[in-house]
Amino acid sequence: MTLNRNTRIAAVVAFLAIVFVAVPAAISSSGRFDLYYTLTSVALLSIASAGVWLTFYIGRINIGQGAYALMGGYVSAILVMNHGWSFWLTLPVAGLFCAAASVLIGLPILRLRGVYFAMVTLVLTEVARLLALALPITNGAKGIVSIPLPGALSVFGVTLIPDFATLQNSRLAFYLLAVTVMVVCFAVMYRLVNSRIGKLCQSLQQNEELASSIGVNIAYLRVIAYAVSSFFGGVSGAIFAAISQSIYPSSFTVTDSVNFMLNCFLGGLGYVFGPMLGTLVLYFGWDLLFQTGQFQLLIYSGLMIVLMLVLPNGLLSLAEMTRKKG
Amino acid sequence: MEQVIANGLYLGAQYALIALGLTLIFALMNVLNFAHGQMYVLGGFITYTIYGQLGLPFVVALLASGVTLAVIGALMEKFLFRTVIRRSHREESTMLLAAATAFFFDAVILLLFGEKQRGVPKIVKGVFNDAGIIMPYDRLVVGALAIIFIAAFVLYMQYSRVGRAMRALAQDRVAAQLMGVRVDRYSMIGFAMGAMLAGVVGGLLVTITGVNSGIGGPISIKAFLMVMIGGAGVVGGAIAGGFILGMMESVGLTVLREYGDVTYLVIFAALMVFLSVRPNGLMGKPWG
Repeated sequence: MTLNRNTRIAAVVAFLAIVFVAVPAAISSSGRFDLYYTLTSVALLSIASAGVWLTFYIGRINIGQGAYALMGGYVSAILVMNHGWSFWLTLPVAGLFCAAASVLIGLPILRLRGVYFAMVTLVLTEVARLLALALPITNGAKGIVSIPLPGALSVFGVTLIPDFATLQNSRLAFYLLAVTVMVVCFAVMYRLVNSRIGKLCQSLQQNEELASSIGVNIAYLRVIAYAVSSFFGGVSGAIFAAISQSIYPSSFTVTDSVNFMLNCFLGGLGYVFGPMLGTLVLYFGWDLLFQTGQFQLLIYSGLMIVLMLVLPNGLLSLAEMTRKKG
Repeated sequence: MEQVIANGLYLGAQYALIALGLTLIFALMNVLNFAHGQMYVLGGFITYTIYGQLGLPFVVALLASGVTLAVIGALMEKFLFRTVIRRSHREESTMLLAAATAFFFDAVILLLFGEKQRGVPKIVKGVFNDAGIIMPYDRLVVGALAIIFIAAFVLYMQYSRVGRAMRALAQDRVAAQLMGVRVDRYSMIGFAMGAMLAGVVGGLLVTITGVNSGIGGPISIKAFLMVMIGGAGVVGGAIAGGFILGMMESVGLTVLREYGDVTYLVIFAALMVFLSVRPNGLMGKPWG
């Protein structure tokens, strides 16, 4: 992007104002409080999609984000339920747990490329589901239910975040939580992509052998990128478990993993904010089509095919096209 | 033990046939056809309608499944995949298209045939029971048919003009084009053949396991597994992968019975380890 510094700052400020002020104001004035839940889901799904995007950035198609979301959800749920941890502590722990697991899994499988990596990660999602069914600690198909809402968070006696259970409007609280985490995640991504590491990752996307031959440590870089990606997945899964107050082996399945990937594709793989836009459009499109009843999936997939034919490089490539013409 | 091996061979024959179609499409176009399982389901439902509902002979139903899917496959290649491959910056964009068509087929199948489990009358009655092996005759027939189809496919790819053109295409698209192979036409034929194979297997298996609208996704995953074991884009690999998965499933279900439903967990774990040693499967070509 060749925007100058001031427009970029203005865009960020405008975006923050919209998500933190305008949206809650609009919702409270219109009384559509159910939208909070929708938007919270969009924010969380776009965090997970951001992770997938990052693996795309190193030239890998990741259809395994559902596995890490599920893992994060379970880690947080088990720590809260069995060990009495505070949700706020489990959030980073869930992310780190997923990152650590992804390093172990990633070391062998990141050697795979293209379709092989895609298929292995797809299988990984299925492995996570089967593991959740088989392990004793995850309580099998019954899942973990009635997880308490996040409690208060206070540092040195100052209450930073109030207890969610005492709030009148926990939906708003969850919305703010999800959006804050989303903003932080995308800020981290933006920073990462526009740093030295980001440039190196881009070289991986284009030609790993060449990058390696001029001294880029490709094995290290791709594991780092994959770990960050899985961290995002775990965090998003953990918040999801807290919002729905439950987690089941079927909470995140292959369909979710595929959807994360579709969000990235739709938004455009060349743009950091692509996954956010893609998630918003796909999730809202799906929601809007709910009224069409049994034809929902038909219309949705039909539109997706048409979109793919018209804009195979994602929604944000529209901007590029107009700029080229104009 | 004989029983386990017989079951494994039977499963392997049908799995190999599923994997062949997927690997053919991948070899020719570098497209991972997510909709393969849905094509299988569609083939099953067509056979169910013609053989089970209308009462026409099974052979007619099987032919109808194959032909319908071949037409669908050809149209998909011509109007969807070809366009997207031409316009897109990245090859992987076809994955989104494939996933979207998978959803689309799911929706169509659900609307046309409903969500009920459907079965058809047996094609052959009776049970084979000798030498410690118990196997219903219809399974034997289906297994034999599957093996005949596999053999026919391999021979066709090896000795016919079309088969040779497709192999050239899979080896090097540009070189094949320079040698005067009509790339577009053979891509379309290949896609049609891959889809046809999926439809035929669906039609064969509806006589044994029945069919319902929800099994498309799991079938696709199994097909991916087989292709990964054998190596993507290689005919021999797909056949080997199919038989290996069939055997593992059959053995796993017997050996691991007391540990609960962990067969597939073990298979997945084994696959991860295997792929970290041989990233391109048994005989796959390296990617990129």
